[in-house]
Amino acid sequence: MSMMGTRVVRTEDHKLITVGGSYVDDLREPDLDGAVHAMFVRSPVAHARVTAIDSREAARAPGVVAVLTAADLDLDPPGGDHAEPWLAGDAVRYVGQPVALVLTERRYQLADAAELVDVDYDPLPAVIDLDDALAGTTLLFPGTDSNVAKTHGKPFDESAFDGCEVVVTRRIVNQRVAPAPLEVRGAACAWGADGRLTMWLSTQNPQLARDAIAGGLGLDPTAMRLIAPDVGGGFGAKIGADPDPVVLGWAARHVGRPVRWSETRSENLTAMTHGRGQQQTITIGGSRDGTVRAFGLDVVQDGGAYPRLGTTLLPGMTTLMATGTYRIPRVEAYSRSVLTTTTPTAAYRGAGRPEATAAIERAMDLFATEIGMDPAEVRRRNLIGPDEFPYQTPTGATYDTGEYAAALDRVLAAADYDGLRAEQTRRRAAGDPVVLGLGLASYVEITAGDAGGESGRMTVEPDGSVTAWTGSSPHGQGHATSFAMVLADQLGIPMERITVRHGDTDEVAKAVGTFGSRSLQLGGSAMRQAGDEVIEKARQLAAEAVEASVDDIELNTDDGAWQVRGAPSGAISWAQLAARAGDGALSADVWYSDAKPTFPFGAHLAVVEVDTGTGKVVLRRLIAVDDAGPVVNPLAFEGQRHGGLAQGAAQALLEEMTYDADGNPTTGTLADYEFISATELPDFELLDMATPTTLNPLGVKGIGEAATIGSTPAVQNAVVDALSHLGVRHVDMPAGPQRVWQAISDANRRV
Amino acid sequence: MIPATLSYRRASSVDEALGMLAEHGEDAKLLAGGHSLLPLMKLRLAAPEVVVDIGRIEELRYVRTEGDVVAIGAMTRHHDLHTDGVAGREVPLVAHVAGEVGDPQVRHRGTIGGSLAHGDPAADLPAAVLACDATLVARGPDGAREIPAAEFFAGLFTTALGPDEILTEIRVPRAADRGWGFEKFTRRRFDWSIVGVAVLGGSPTQPAVGLVNMGEAPIRATAVERALAAGATPAEAAEHAAEGTSPPDEPHASAGYRRHLATVLTARALERAAGGSPAGL
Amino acid sequence: MRVTIEVNGRRTEEEVEDRTLLVHHLRDTLGLTATNIGCDTTSCGACTVLVDGESVKSCTVLAAQADGAAVTTVEGLAEGETLHPVQQAFQDHHGLQCGFCTPGMIMAAVSLLEANPRPTREDVRTGLEGNLCRCTGYHNIVDAVVAASGQEVPR
Repeated sequence: MSMMGTRVVRTEDHKLITVGGSYVDDLREPDLDGAVHAMFVRSPVAHARVTAIDSREAARAPGVVAVLTAADLDLDPPGGDHAEPWLAGDAVRYVGQPVALVLTERRYQLADAAELVDVDYDPLPAVIDLDDALAGTTLLFPGTDSNVAKTHGKPFDESAFDGCEVVVTRRIVNQRVAPAPLEVRGAACAWGADGRLTMWLSTQNPQLARDAIAGGLGLDPTAMRLIAPDVGGGFGAKIGADPDPVVLGWAARHVGRPVRWSETRSENLTAMTHGRGQQQTITIGGSRDGTVRAFGLDVVQDGGAYPRLGTTLLPGMTTLMATGTYRIPRVEAYSRSVLTTTTPTAAYRGAGRPEATAAIERAMDLFATEIGMDPAEVRRRNLIGPDEFPYQTPTGATYDTGEYAAALDRVLAAADYDGLRAEQTRRRAAGDPVVLGLGLASYVEITAGDAGGESGRMTVEPDGSVTAWTGSSPHGQGHATSFAMVLADQLGIPMERITVRHGDTDEVAKAVGTFGSRSLQLGGSAMRQAGDEVIEKARQLAAEAVEASVDDIELNTDDGAWQVRGAPSGAISWAQLAARAGDGALSADVWYSDAKPTFPFGAHLAVVEVDTGTGKVVLRRLIAVDDAGPVVNPLAFEGQRHGGLAQGAAQALLEEMTYDADGNPTTGTLADYEFISATELPDFELLDMATPTTLNPLGVKGIGEAATIGSTPAVQNAVVDALSHLGVRHVDMPAGPQRVWQAISDANRRV
Repeated sequence: MIPATLSYRRASSVDEALGMLAEHGEDAKLLAGGHSLLPLMKLRLAAPEVVVDIGRIEELRYVRTEGDVVAIGAMTRHHDLHTDGVAGREVPLVAHVAGEVGDPQVRHRGTIGGSLAHGDPAADLPAAVLACDATLVARGPDGAREIPAAEFFAGLFTTALGPDEILTEIRVPRAADRGWGFEKFTRRRFDWSIVGVAVLGGSPTQPAVGLVNMGEAPIRATAVERALAAGATPAEAAEHAAEGTSPPDEPHASAGYRRHLATVLTARALERAAGGSPAGL
Repeated sequence: MRVTIEVNGRRTEEEVEDRTLLVHHLRDTLGLTATNIGCDTTSCGACTVLVDGESVKSCTVLAAQADGAAVTTVEGLAEGETLHPVQQAFQDHHGLQCGFCTPGMIMAAVSLLEANPRPTREDVRTGLEGNLCRCTGYHNIVDAVVAASGQEVPR
């Protein structure tokens, strides 16, 4: 019987729950013996000219091996108009930017020495507000005439709303958040006697990281080995490599010793990229019968100080997905990425798509309120129907498959939507100070949106066990279990006998890795393709072994044995076949290139209570359909959904990275940054639905980010819905108590 | 992060600790559970050359009744105070608030004496002992002295304790027959209070109201207490909760918002102390 | 100073800098790297261990303060090949993903169950308020702790 779709406990777990993972800071590899410890000295100011760095006193501190600055680096600087230096030389542009590197013999000497590095900063104006940044009064980069570093989509065409009976427009914020994986960034590296650099890095993409770091160091990628050991979460912020490890690799060569680095959490919150950070103007138009005719999304993306993915790529995902799940004839989407003196922005779970969904889902609610129709009904009237796929959106996406209305209806039924509405009405009528809010989100997102390929390699060992290598390097998702399930199902070999390896560029030279919910679709499909190739080789060998025609040979996946069709006696096992074939003959090494994006979708309903006395919001229920096609391992699948739901709720209610007007982070420690905890979340109510895609052999779509994308606007909409009877039409995220109380107070004043 | 270099001394008695303080003077800082001091030291916001660990002084770990008061040794940990039978019966407000400090791990290490001596206006226990009209006992080179809670909290991270003194005991009047209420307002459950209100209600005196994070030190809501004494209803009296306060003004919680919260939470805490069941989450 | 601690039932005696935090003592001096460091503000709980049977955040305890105490880390939980019920439940209920918060989370759960052997789901959430997890959304962690207490987990 196939194990696909069954709840399989993870093979990864035993180590993690008994002796703990091998994260970078845990490594005790012999190659790292004698390593020096590294700490970056980071800018405490948002924007300044660096006029002098005096490291003499620091250099004399106990245990100091070297204090290195931009003046010491002999690497080619990155190019471009907005080049981000390895270490800041002339100017700093955000609090947290690396200015110097301190190397010491022991870990405890780092902070002592780092605080002695004396940097003179000649302050320049901070640019925090996005309107100020757009105005360009202060330009971040000399020689440029604007802080706008990139645009996506086409400038807004107002005529799209001509003839609409109702038009609602609103400026809303999709705030800047910290990805905050529980393991901060870390690296360790050592140069070999052969001149090769080996680096262990907490990354989602060892091969991309290798290429980036080797490039920075002026090395051929083959002169570098990069290993992602266990990685303690990434959420998009560990895609590839930041500039920091380039400096570490260089420093190791400079001092001739291995180097180890692990940042602190307070460093992490300003020096690791942030996510989101959009100011959006949403405009929705339609008729009073509930038909939406036009939608406009005008985005100002906060890129932070230097263009990373948040500037260059992600707003393009936002504009691409602006249409949402609706049949809207006219959709206008445009984004300008503007640079500010803040931490650069990049991917965070969803990476551009949650921003699109939040915009359209808030707009649908605004429209519903304006025409006095229930938000569920407005959605239902505009959802793309199941017979309309593939569906070409006005913004250029082609949705593969979907059952949007079914997802919505399933959620409404499970939640007893009508009953909840009645309870809401009852409380309002009774003047209950604790009001109820219901928030809906219908969403579609794009996974494997990069449409790059992925590698898969496997070999049947002579003992009949399997070793497989995937290019998709995980950081908590459980690839080793899920991919083993894929192969076990295909080959009929028990998964206990299948080892899935990942993360070492010397084992897998070419790969893309894990981001954008691409792993099972692409990495899993690559595995499947490798399995197919091995099966075909095995079929030939089996035919020779049993002296039958290839066409008569079949794989009995129940027994993991090859046999003449319908004749199990005389079957030949994988082990026998592998032994017979000789070393490595039953192997395949594939590049899955037929990679196409897919479009998972779902519907979420959030139920909140709002204490109108204090503004406090409590999330009571979160009910979700997340349809990503067939499920390999429901345990892992549900885990991804749970985590996504939590992070979406966290953005809606709690989390925000904030700066004061001078560009100082005001949420720069984990005591200040409101990372969501167990007490702010309810048990999640998951509903099953599985609509396959035709675009990959497994029929699967990605699930890593989907739930985040739906839950964020669902929870936000619930907060606004709770207060709608007071005249509140919008509350920006995070809907913290002060903001909610302010919205209530403002509404009361208007009345 | 890690603390700056320090010299660790452990005292096994109050006398020994006093001797160490005398020896090291201003360079020394007392370490109880460490959950106020060590976080500051790790961020290098404090860098004492010597820490004198008084957390193991057994003679300072007790909860016992002495006539009209419950005497709590200063090194009594929050968890132990929260689960102590005598404290729960005789000074339930203080016992309850001890269970609201931080999270379980913090409560396993943190001590009531450490929390009070730290003088953080966002801490919950100071407002509770203030509402209870507790007396704090300090020992110094010249012996012991008693400090009324109302005189103990002097300002931001400042108390009436001298640098050569150790807080040894908290004497809380027994209040088994009095209602109480505690409202702690946070975004996440384990956060420091944005505002907190501790009420010790009923007879023999009028309700006493202590406010958390409504100024540079925990304070009594005296205007509320006066209004109650003059016959106002709890709801009316609570409207005065912000009078005379100077709460911190921060992005996520402005001074104005805190003043509003103080009135709402005071009304709820008063209601709870009177045995009602306040609305709210 | 010289610090003597019984770690996972084994007596250790080491000379450390006075300022050494217990978590670094465990990780760097004693080589027990399961206990992780996730923050620098006593917020995340990744470093949770038991000191004399009670959960503490080992990033906020000097090794010197633990002198003479008994410390238990996740490495000391299983009895040979037999997992502790909390460990087993975390695996069975998928209470972990990246695993980084897990050792601290498990130790906090062990301490929680010691104090409250039959917690409600709400008790579990409150009892684990000092431990942050970015991956699981806590749902399966709550399942795991409830299951470890011998109670049925609704599905």
